[in-house]
Amino acid sequence: MFLLYEYDFFWAFLIISILVPILAFFISGVLAPISKGPEKLSTYESGIEPMGDAWLQFRIRYYMFALVFVVFDVETVFLYPWAMSFDVLGVSVFIEAFIFVLILIIGLVYAWRKGALEWS
Amino acid sequence: MIIDTTEIETINSFSKLESLKEVYGIIWMLVPIVTLVLGITIGVLVIVWLEREISAGIQQRIGPEYAGPLGILQALADGTKLLLKENLIPSTGDTRLFSIGPSIAVISIFLSYSVIPFGDHLVLADLSIGVFFWIAISSIAPVGLLMSGYGSNNKYSFLGGLRAAAQSISYEIPLALCVLSISLLSNSLSTVDIVEAQSKYGFWGWNLWRQPIGFIVFLISSLAECERLPFDLPEAEEELVAGYQTEYSGIKFGLFYIASYLNLLVSSLFVTVLYLGGWNLSIPYIFVPDIFGINKGGKVFGTLIGIFITLAKTYLFLFIPIATRWTLPRLRMDQLLNLGWKFLLPISLGNLLLTTSSQLLSL
Repeated sequence: MFLLYEYDFFWAFLIISILVPILAFFISGVLAPISKGPEKLSTYESGIEPMGDAWLQFRIRYYMFALVFVVFDVETVFLYPWAMSFDVLGVSVFIEAFIFVLILIIGLVYAWRKGALEWS
Repeated sequence: MIIDTTEIETINSFSKLESLKEVYGIIWMLVPIVTLVLGITIGVLVIVWLEREISAGIQQRIGPEYAGPLGILQALADGTKLLLKENLIPSTGDTRLFSIGPSIAVISIFLSYSVIPFGDHLVLADLSIGVFFWIAISSIAPVGLLMSGYGSNNKYSFLGGLRAAAQSISYEIPLALCVLSISLLSNSLSTVDIVEAQSKYGFWGWNLWRQPIGFIVFLISSLAECERLPFDLPEAEEELVAGYQTEYSGIKFGLFYIASYLNLLVSSLFVTVLYLGGWNLSIPYIFVPDIFGINKGGKVFGTLIGIFITLAKTYLFLFIPIATRWTLPRLRMDQLLNLGWKFLLPISLGNLLLTTSSQLLSL
């Protein structure tokens, strides 16, 4: 875990920042009052009796967006190494990257035309 | 036999010394981290106060004035109140997800502070993947929001959590592409290198002038990532009560509150680092050490000036998000997604190609 020296601070910071919510929960657990009641712990639904569960099946409209997101996020990750060695690789690799981006733009246009980006 | 034991003793004492050294090393590592955490906390308190005062100014009311001089302690009083409030966990919800959700949101945003340079090379971890680290870490936060929305077992919370996730994935790609253009210009992902690349021509060397389209796209996307007002659909009061935080009370609500302001502060700091020249004074022909007559001995003073300049730029920039909050109405969900996918994504891709072409000419 501690192989890379420059990540030492990251791991230490991770541990400390994990301690922050734990400490907050602990302090509030000591200080905060507790008074339980069935009405108090029921789900809030604008003051009326909650109707059924929220864990039910319904159509999530963000599904297509999530699919398109995966494509474009992976694309961006692929572009990062190219951008870092841009000055070494030069024109030929730029043309390759351009073709790569072009294919993705065609993909975006396709998704757009097919209505994947529509909020219906 | 005697020699053997003394040898072992010396080895033992030596290893003790080594372990002591290691302990000292760990303690020395903790000092800057704890300082950073305290500094961030104070920064958040200042933002909360600033937002309240500016909001009050825009709406022509007085704002906080009783807690401390000018109401400076108002945020602290709010935090203490939240700490003393009862923690309610809905009886039908999932207790673990309900508690882990806000913790993940806070932790992931805290971690992104580790790559921000506050002064001249004053950065917790100068990672060579700096900015990319921020993008990677900050996309963990929506997982926490989704967890808390699902764990509440409340319809408002669930819809709010889904909206938060959809919004942050939609605006993450334009954000990443803008950062990519910046790192192309400075040919490095390290935040320190990005700031140094802007230090040459003072005010005119800022990436803001070389990347005006990128700056606007970055500004809009970072507002959306912070769920600030034109994009605060996950917690739209009129539709979803409070979105994913509907069921939260006490310190868990406080963690969400802190997380949102931490996120605002970190994106403002990143605007400073990426576009506004970071710790440089940025006035051409004036070299800071010349004015104050600092030699190499006065390094501390120079560092302090660097921190001051970074924070001044950051907090001045913060006026824009806060004023936007009271200027623009909230978008509809379809408008939000259209803006992200059909406007910002093509524009940021075009900006990237434009940047690469111009870089190609200068090769």
